[in-house]
Amino acid sequence: MEAGAELNRLRWRCTRRAMLEMDILLGSFLDKHYAGLTPEQAAVFVALADMEDLELWPLITGKRECENSVQAEVVTMLRNVKVK
Amino acid sequence: MSKITIPVRKFDAVIVGAGGAGLRAAIQLSEAGLKTAVLSKVFPTRSHTVAAQGGVSASLGNSEEDHWHWHMYDTVKGSDWLGDQDAIEYMCRKAPEAVVELEHFGMPFDRTDEGKIYQRPFGGHMSNFGEKPVRRACAAADRTGHAMLHALYQRNVRANTQFFVEWMALDLIRDAEGQVLGVIALEMETGDVVAFHAKATIFATGGAGRIYYSSTNAFINTGDGLGMAARAGIALEDMEFWQFHPTGVAGAGVLITEGVRGEGGILRNSDNERFMERYAPNAKDLASRDVVSRAMVTEINEGRGCGPHKDFVLLDITHLDPATIMKRLPGIREISIQFAGIDPIKAPIPVVPTCHYQMGGIPTNYHGQAVNPDGSTVKGFYAAGECACASVHGANRLGTNSLLDLLVFGKSSGDSVVEAIKADPKDLKELPADFAERTLARLNRLNTQKGGASVNETRLEMQRTMQKHCGVFRFKDMLVEGVSKICDIEKAVHLTEIGDKSQTWNTARVEALELDNLIEVAKSTMVSAEARKESRGAHVRDDAPDTAANPNGRDDEIWLKHSLWHREGNRLSYKPVNLKPLSVETIALKTRAY
Repeated sequence: MEAGAELNRLRWRCTRRAMLEMDILLGSFLDKHYAGLTPEQAAVFVALADMEDLELWPLITGKRECENSVQAEVVTMLRNVKVK
Repeated sequence: MSKITIPVRKFDAVIVGAGGAGLRAAIQLSEAGLKTAVLSKVFPTRSHTVAAQGGVSASLGNSEEDHWHWHMYDTVKGSDWLGDQDAIEYMCRKAPEAVVELEHFGMPFDRTDEGKIYQRPFGGHMSNFGEKPVRRACAAADRTGHAMLHALYQRNVRANTQFFVEWMALDLIRDAEGQVLGVIALEMETGDVVAFHAKATIFATGGAGRIYYSSTNAFINTGDGLGMAARAGIALEDMEFWQFHPTGVAGAGVLITEGVRGEGGILRNSDNERFMERYAPNAKDLASRDVVSRAMVTEINEGRGCGPHKDFVLLDITHLDPATIMKRLPGIREISIQFAGIDPIKAPIPVVPTCHYQMGGIPTNYHGQAVNPDGSTVKGFYAAGECACASVHGANRLGTNSLLDLLVFGKSSGDSVVEAIKADPKDLKELPADFAERTLARLNRLNTQKGGASVNETRLEMQRTMQKHCGVFRFKDMLVEGVSKICDIEKAVHLTEIGDKSQTWNTARVEALELDNLIEVAKSTMVSAEARKESRGAHVRDDAPDTAANPNGRDDEIWLKHSLWHREGNRLSYKPVNLKPLSVETIALKTRAY
């Protein structure tokens, strides 16, 4: 798949989710930070976007611990993304 | 000119939407051995049903005495008597069975010590015809919708339902006699346009809350089923009725629960005044949802809103002990920090009344069959869940009846399809020669449009117009102006231009197609609201106030009827409310007071 199409697919999966909170958060992150991620971070973000909302939210709010340091980096960036 | 053809796939039945209603319907079809296709814009367990956290109501009577007739009374009263009493009786009688079935599908309901399904109290749930609160809501912690979707999805996997994930349905296929013969859909991954030719089509496409600027609905709720139905000449029922929640985060729409005011949260205007003292001297900030919402809108309209555009008010908990906030409202603090950029321990949260649930939709009977304005059924077409109007919610939905609606009518629509196919096992009726023409013309227009409007800007203009002119509190002049504005915006929608013309994963195209659906919902809402010159349930007009002759502004003499909006001619007709239940006496008209 071409890079543009792949990014669009990721955009769809970030902004057509079960819960509004996650549409906003992942969509904003994609616009503001995705392009600047390392390949390793980008892969982690794609995996996070594949999670269900009720699994992802506890990671973002710190109720659940991250699996590794790269995931923790990306989750911290997600937590701090400005949505306004 | 030769006809352009598209690939055709044949099924017994096609379901559009894989939230609770679509999945529940699919179980009936697949378990009956019908070849069933379910189309969804997203993976089924990512449907917006997940956001329903409160529970599902059923008069199981596990904790104390309860009866479906009491549940029926609460639902009729909640609907402000606009709900059809046959459908309401059907739903409330079927509720215990629907919940027990779900339990057998593996739904992890909370339980009592004895192992029964635990039931908790919920606003508006009463015993003995409105006498005192009763515990009727069944829940799986605060993940009821999520758990329900998973249970229903697993059951479908077992029944071999065929899912088409990340497909968007574009249009209904109807022949000259009005029979529905399937849908045309777009596969996002390839850009392929394919006809799903079927004996029966069930819409379970959910709500369209994204017509409003401030909405608790996820981005997926673009009213695709309503847009498709309207374009196919099916009238939309009671579209003026939308439930609003008083406190959504301004700008984002994310919900701030009523619990915040329960813990002592205070609403303030730009003068830092606790304005609810003027509107509800006793209950103040704890007045009912509609009273609080109207007060907030009045403050904003009279220039006492906050922020640079004076378009929100503030929900203040800074006077509470930070330890209380951390202990009792941790989730709200997280949401406020994340979506308002404000720590509510230090500063108040900007909030506005926010669209939450659509009561109207595709007119159906309690069998889930779509009905024409004359009461006859639309052959081959069914609908269930938020996109349908059975009508059980009437002018206002009772809490926890949304999950019940999708279980009961998802199943009944599925059963109706199974019966219809059994009764008439003939081959598929032939597709009309020009069945794909209108859809392909729409796609072609979008691909070739030059100098048109931006999809994002046009959608935003529609959302702001709906919020300002047709929000939680409605004003005659604003509605009249709103009708003309939304018709102007519609012209721009028909001229949207997209930069990306690619086939694979063209999300710009999909968003433009979603906007085609949203605008139909917006128009039907504005036009129906402008015409209904009374206040009833969630539709509250400034020029229809509470009087002795018309308590709460409700005018049964003229307006005890369902609105039907017809896309052709942008006009309305009306049909009577069915006040006759199936087996019990009519629940007589009364003033709705809590």
